[in-house]
Amino acid sequence: MGMLKKMSKNTRSNLITYGIVIAAFLIMQTLITTGSISSLLEGLMVPLCIYVILAVSLNLVVGILGELSLGHAGFMCVGAFTSAFFSKCMRDVITSSLLRFFLALLIGIAVAAVFGLIIGIPVLRLKGDYLAIVTLAFGEIIKNLVNVLFIGRDSNGFHFSTKDVMDLNMEPDGTVLVNGPQGITGTPKDSTFLIGVILILITLFIVTNLINSRDGRAIMAIRDNRIAAESIGINVTKYKLMAFTISAALAGAAGVLYAHNLSTLTATTNNFGYNMSITILVFVVLGGIGNIRGSIIAAVILTLLPELLRGLSDYRMLIYAIVLIIMMLFNWAPKAIEWREKYFSFGKRKKEAVK
Amino acid sequence: MKMLKKTASLMLASALMVSLAACGSDSGSSGSSGSDTFKIGGIGPTTGDNAIYGTAVENGIQLAVDEINADGGINGYQIEYQFEDDQSDSEKSVNAYNTLKDWGMQMLVGTVTSTPCTAVVEETHADNMFQLTPSATAVESIQYDNAFRMCFSDPSQGSASADYIAENGLASKIAVIYNSSDTYSSGIYQTFVTEAQAKGLEIVATEAFTADSKTDFSVQLQKAKDAGADLVFLPIYYQEASLILAQANNMDFAPAWFGCDGMDGLLALEGFDTSLAEGLMFLTPFTADAEDEATQTFVADYKENFGETPNQFAADAYDCLYSIKAAAEQADITPEMSISDISDAMKTAMTEITIDGLTGKQITWGEDGEPSKDPTVVVVEGGKYAVLQAE
Amino acid sequence: MSFISYLINGLSLGSVYAIIALGYTMVYGIAKMLNFAHGDVIMIGAYVALLSMTQAGLSPLAAILIAVVVCTALGIVIERIAYKPLRNASSSLAVLITAIGVSYLLQNVALLLFGANAQSFQSVVKWGGLSLAGGSLKISGETVVTIIACIIIMIVLTFFVQKTKPGQAMRAVSEDKGAAQLMGINVNGTIALTFAIGSALAAVAGVLLCSSYPSLTPYTGAMPGIKAFVAAVFGGIGSIQGAFIGGLLLGIIEILGRAYISSQMADALVFAVLIIVLLVKPTGLLGKKIQEKV
Repeated sequence: MGMLKKMSKNTRSNLITYGIVIAAFLIMQTLITTGSISSLLEGLMVPLCIYVILAVSLNLVVGILGELSLGHAGFMCVGAFTSAFFSKCMRDVITSSLLRFFLALLIGIAVAAVFGLIIGIPVLRLKGDYLAIVTLAFGEIIKNLVNVLFIGRDSNGFHFSTKDVMDLNMEPDGTVLVNGPQGITGTPKDSTFLIGVILILITLFIVTNLINSRDGRAIMAIRDNRIAAESIGINVTKYKLMAFTISAALAGAAGVLYAHNLSTLTATTNNFGYNMSITILVFVVLGGIGNIRGSIIAAVILTLLPELLRGLSDYRMLIYAIVLIIMMLFNWAPKAIEWREKYFSFGKRKKEAVK
Repeated sequence: MKMLKKTASLMLASALMVSLAACGSDSGSSGSSGSDTFKIGGIGPTTGDNAIYGTAVENGIQLAVDEINADGGINGYQIEYQFEDDQSDSEKSVNAYNTLKDWGMQMLVGTVTSTPCTAVVEETHADNMFQLTPSATAVESIQYDNAFRMCFSDPSQGSASADYIAENGLASKIAVIYNSSDTYSSGIYQTFVTEAQAKGLEIVATEAFTADSKTDFSVQLQKAKDAGADLVFLPIYYQEASLILAQANNMDFAPAWFGCDGMDGLLALEGFDTSLAEGLMFLTPFTADAEDEATQTFVADYKENFGETPNQFAADAYDCLYSIKAAAEQADITPEMSISDISDAMKTAMTEITIDGLTGKQITWGEDGEPSKDPTVVVVEGGKYAVLQAE
Repeated sequence: MSFISYLINGLSLGSVYAIIALGYTMVYGIAKMLNFAHGDVIMIGAYVALLSMTQAGLSPLAAILIAVVVCTALGIVIERIAYKPLRNASSSLAVLITAIGVSYLLQNVALLLFGANAQSFQSVVKWGGLSLAGGSLKISGETVVTIIACIIIMIVLTFFVQKTKPGQAMRAVSEDKGAAQLMGINVNGTIALTFAIGSALAAVAGVLLCSSYPSLTPYTGAMPGIKAFVAAVFGGIGSIQGAFIGGLLLGIIEILGRAYISSQMADALVFAVLIIVLLVKPTGLLGKKIQEKV
């Protein structure tokens, strides 16, 4: 306990977050091994990890850098498709699934980071809602381009086309690897709950360390007042790009997990389009902008909610929408916050105890 | 920071509540195993863009389940039936499958759309659960031996359409308008073009549209018109087709139209000017206007229960249940058997049965899970479907 | 020849985008929020008009009127319940997320009320349109009506915002809410009025959208809503004339891109043009440059 007291407030808060993740993992893993958990929840473990990583990584842009991005799913898409393509090509070459997944992960992250950098350079010159719409535009372009991409392989090597399979002009022995809107099928199912949790911990480690570093303080200074930050010699472009690229790379990692959790990978509006980008944004805002732990909890709740509401059948998504609105009002409306402060003092007391 | 802390603690509290609720619902559903009913589950989109297909399948199964139960069930056992929404998304489809597994499902009718089906078939294969999809057309959707389908696959529809057009000399110059962001549509398109070239048909224009821009088809139509197409092949669903027909009419473009099974439902579209569809031909296993008694009864019952004219999705789903019944009786399975035993018995039985259903007569299945049934070509005449030729 | 006909088709698609974008830009200009539920209000308006015509047998004009009334009421209610409590929230993102919640809500209410089946919309325009160059070029009646409606709405809105008392109040609120309040302007009332006008425009847009492209489902409004949002940003969000020009240009670019570049990549092209425009003119074609205060 003495050691805990000596640590800074931030470190302690971060350790608590790690603790929550590890504890949740241990509890769920025990439940899974003993078979005392529903198949639904067991199946939801990897998706939960994916959404947690996405929420934390987007929080880096929205909460720490202070810019609204509506194209986060685009980076996830890039990571998912490049890694799935690699894994599908290498399915018979690299037989160790762990090694193959690790390489796929590196490739997915690297390509997503490169995209983040390339897109970040023009995008970050803009401000506010204009920046938001341009990120949305890039996300949609990525989705659209993936949908017209055809790649096949035969004895002569790889063939590319943006039209259709016939245009690949393959020998009869060729196989289609990426089939346009039908995407990639037959990706090995290499994602596991353990890998997902490790990736969450790495994500948390990277993001929290960045926030508490010199670079992180520079990024937050830009968020709070760009002109003031510039005037004291902070390289605004460099730090903005740094945050944006790291965030894209982490989204790429989530994409790799996604691609290796299902055997089919297609790019639709709901999984890699603006709908997904908005869903991730909902996690971040509901959990508290800039609050990493809040992002994790919001991602978990909002992913579980529609599944747990299945009993309501036709009214499921309706109730989900209403709950979302109410939670937003409850968490954000100044009047609701005032009311909570009046009647629920436990939050305040807890905070004082932390001091 | 104070507010954020508070938010976090509140979220934690609600997380606890939600997980408590989760536990509650789990114990509720896992309690009823080993009962004396067959538990059949269905998966499809009942919300989201593709809700129309999922709802039709949900209703089609419901109708068949009610009839079979009233008739004494399968092998003397009643059927319990539950349908789960997947919003046509692979990940949610797997979630839906797991939900049904928790409920105690023994056989799966689904999923409705192709891509989710390809994801779910991995799961059913791992669990060795018998799966019969009413409408997933992609080849990979039933790539394992535990999975069968009721509808035609993409390749079979594409090549059957091309064969029919070639054999009957319907056209010399063909244009294709397809949905490039849709698995069903682009799947048929690819085999159609390959087969058409093999048959010596000339394809003068291939134009795509995407899910994000499916309101305006003027460019695609203009290109088909400029290329001098005398037949336009539409491997798409009827909502878009209704817009295409209306816009072609506006620009005085009147080629012959040829579609696939997605076209069924066009004439039942509320408020649609049926004169626009005059002369439209399409390949379908089912039309709601068919004269035979089985179809008439099905359509009347469906209308009475759900207030709409059934489309081919509902008919395929209805046939699925009767196929399961026939195979289950052939294999003589009972609900006490394990899921895997049921699956093994059904796999063999499916290849042995012959079904007279709404979507075809004398339907049989091969070991690859593909049905063998005859598609019918129908033509719209005077606002009604008329059977042109049973191939 | 085909180029001119593509141009006309682009104009026809663009006019629909423009009329939706007018509502978007109006709300954004004054309330400074991206109302993601706007597209779904359009869908509700179209359903109300369709049902008034088919179920109640009303004339198209009466149906439009009813749709306008219903949507106006809906807009005010949404604003009051879901947006107003968050107006002074510590982040402007909160209200954006709530708008997304409202969008889901409207879609799912429509799904339960009207079902998932598509309905064929009856055009409210009974006029066949213009036929030029010996019948080889046709401009549909819907296109002409939509463009005229756009222009009328644009002129009326500009006049309203520039010349009338409530319009001046709107501009004041848009500039500075706090100062406007000090000057005795009823800020809440003004913002409610903005939403009422925006939603009334959504009803008109819904009817015209579905008249031009007569297929109506609970998800009809979503994609045109996003496209119109792009159009509004393109023209300079908050600018009434900008929305009109942005909408028309977007429609034309989409159609020409599909015709001459690739029908599969038309969406990517539209977004690419948007990005280029914003990089050259960061506040859109007609957007005002915002002075940054230190």
